[in-house]
Amino acid sequence: MSSRALRRNGWNVVGVGLFVLMVFPVFWMISTSFKPADEINSQTPTWFSGNPTLQHFRDAIHKPFFWDSVKNSVFIVLIAVAISMVLAFLAAVALAKYRFTGRKLFIVLMIGIQMLPGAGLIIPLYVVLARYHQVDTLTGVIVVYISAVLPFSVWTLRGFILGIPKELEEAAMVDGSTRLGAFARILLPLVAPGLVATSVFAFITSWNEYIFARILLNDQSKQTVTVWLSYFLGTSRNTDWGALMAASTLTAIPVVLFFLIVQRRIAFGLTAGAVKG
Amino acid sequence: MAIAAEAPRPRRRRLTRAIVARGTVPYLLILPVVAVLGALLAYPIYKLVVLSLQQYTLFELIQHKGKWIGLDNFKAIFRDQVFWHTLLRTVIFTVANVGLTIVGGMLIALLLVRVSGWVRILLTSGLVLVWAMPQVVAVQVWYWMTNYQNGVVNYILTQLHVGNYFQHDWYATTFSSLGLVTLLIVWGALPFVAITLYAALSQVPRELVEAAEIDGARAWNVFRDVTLPILMPILLILTSLSILWDFGVFTQAYLLINSSHIHPSNYLMSIYLFQEGFQKADYGKGSAISIVMLVIVALLSFFYVRKMVRVGEVE
Repeated sequence: MSSRALRRNGWNVVGVGLFVLMVFPVFWMISTSFKPADEINSQTPTWFSGNPTLQHFRDAIHKPFFWDSVKNSVFIVLIAVAISMVLAFLAAVALAKYRFTGRKLFIVLMIGIQMLPGAGLIIPLYVVLARYHQVDTLTGVIVVYISAVLPFSVWTLRGFILGIPKELEEAAMVDGSTRLGAFARILLPLVAPGLVATSVFAFITSWNEYIFARILLNDQSKQTVTVWLSYFLGTSRNTDWGALMAASTLTAIPVVLFFLIVQRRIAFGLTAGAVKG
Repeated sequence: MAIAAEAPRPRRRRLTRAIVARGTVPYLLILPVVAVLGALLAYPIYKLVVLSLQQYTLFELIQHKGKWIGLDNFKAIFRDQVFWHTLLRTVIFTVANVGLTIVGGMLIALLLVRVSGWVRILLTSGLVLVWAMPQVVAVQVWYWMTNYQNGVVNYILTQLHVGNYFQHDWYATTFSSLGLVTLLIVWGALPFVAITLYAALSQVPRELVEAAEIDGARAWNVFRDVTLPILMPILLILTSLSILWDFGVFTQAYLLINSSHIHPSNYLMSIYLFQEGFQKADYGKGSAISIVMLVIVALLSFFYVRKMVRVGEVE
């Protein structure tokens, strides 16, 4: 018994050590963004600053094009996610509720497309979008993001719809509901958390996307947050590490918050308690 | 006779119409997705094939008209030493990344089973936090931690007496700069793999493990003969996903090595493609490289797609 407890304590030490190792980069980012410049540039690092400052955050948001890039990212992401959720939901219903010829082919395509590396498609998409004058427009990026998030949205939404017990829908139909009525009153509310979770995943994917935004938007006033952040360093020798880390923290915050929400949503389960037994 | 023969007919017709109507519903539902993906994936892929057979530079881009040159782009690539070196480097890079990710993720998952409740919650929250970090942000943090002037990594390694890392430049050689990219990618990928495997581990029936332990099996044997076979399907899926992601990786490698340090001697496949096709505005040659890359990825993803399609069929 005591040797067992001892062994568990040993594993606990390893676990805590691993936690420190994994989280250190995130800690270092936040810690740096609050440190005075002389502590940052010192050869001997300060782990926790005695006199934290907000100066770097002020510097970061006053950098040229910060607010433009935030606005662009929010605009692109919201429209791309809204449109792709509607389209993906319809297709997911088809996959979950119907058997039809070509269903298998459609599934193969949805899964296969997800596997395509984005880098492999930058050239044809650039050439095609340039042909229709959609380079340096937000519309061009929006349509690319829609096509990028559609396949996994269809796939995950299909899973959420399948997770709803058939009995619920059948019960509503027995009670005299039409198929559409059962759909609107039973399926939709139950699938709402799944819809939220999938939208958040789509939001995170689009918010974090780099390569397409980089090649499709040249005009600095049209850049997204990730591209803005990637140009932050510039070529100067004396890097403003404090402002860079403050900007990084600001870019990460919405993603981390949304990510934590989805984790909880998924953990709670979608139909827990809807059907007992 | 006549009445009896006529009676079932309208019923049958009504049924048929209903079946036809129901039959078209799924197609109407998937139509928008098919249309969007057709316009934004199928057409560009068709375009990719056409471009790869043409001379297509900035001049042709403005003219909207390429010049047909047959397989010359492909011949140029296969004659290019840089291509073969890049391919080999990318394969080694992928093997290293996938190996570290899968083995590391498995070890973390096994650790999660063995620690106390509060450590499990602590470690899981840490993993989720890392998982949530955007790639571009992680790159900037990595760059700050490893810069040669006052990066904290050099400081810690020196303090731990690993060696003298005072003002050590990690970006000086291909090996150490790609090593940093590997650490960055593995760090970012571990949470997904570890948490998925931990979830799978909790599906392993306790009775099986206990029965093996009572029979006197060592921990390693229990893992190899009981746990591993049960985890095999999910491990294979995670491995093939990791292979695909790491083979096509662009953002972390390109941004961390930084445009000024990007050089044929440290190209990965997608960077080779980006530099040749995009930076040099040789869209024809870039398309040919894309096709080679997509074909490799398609071959690699065959297993994963087949497996997932089976999952989709059963449900």
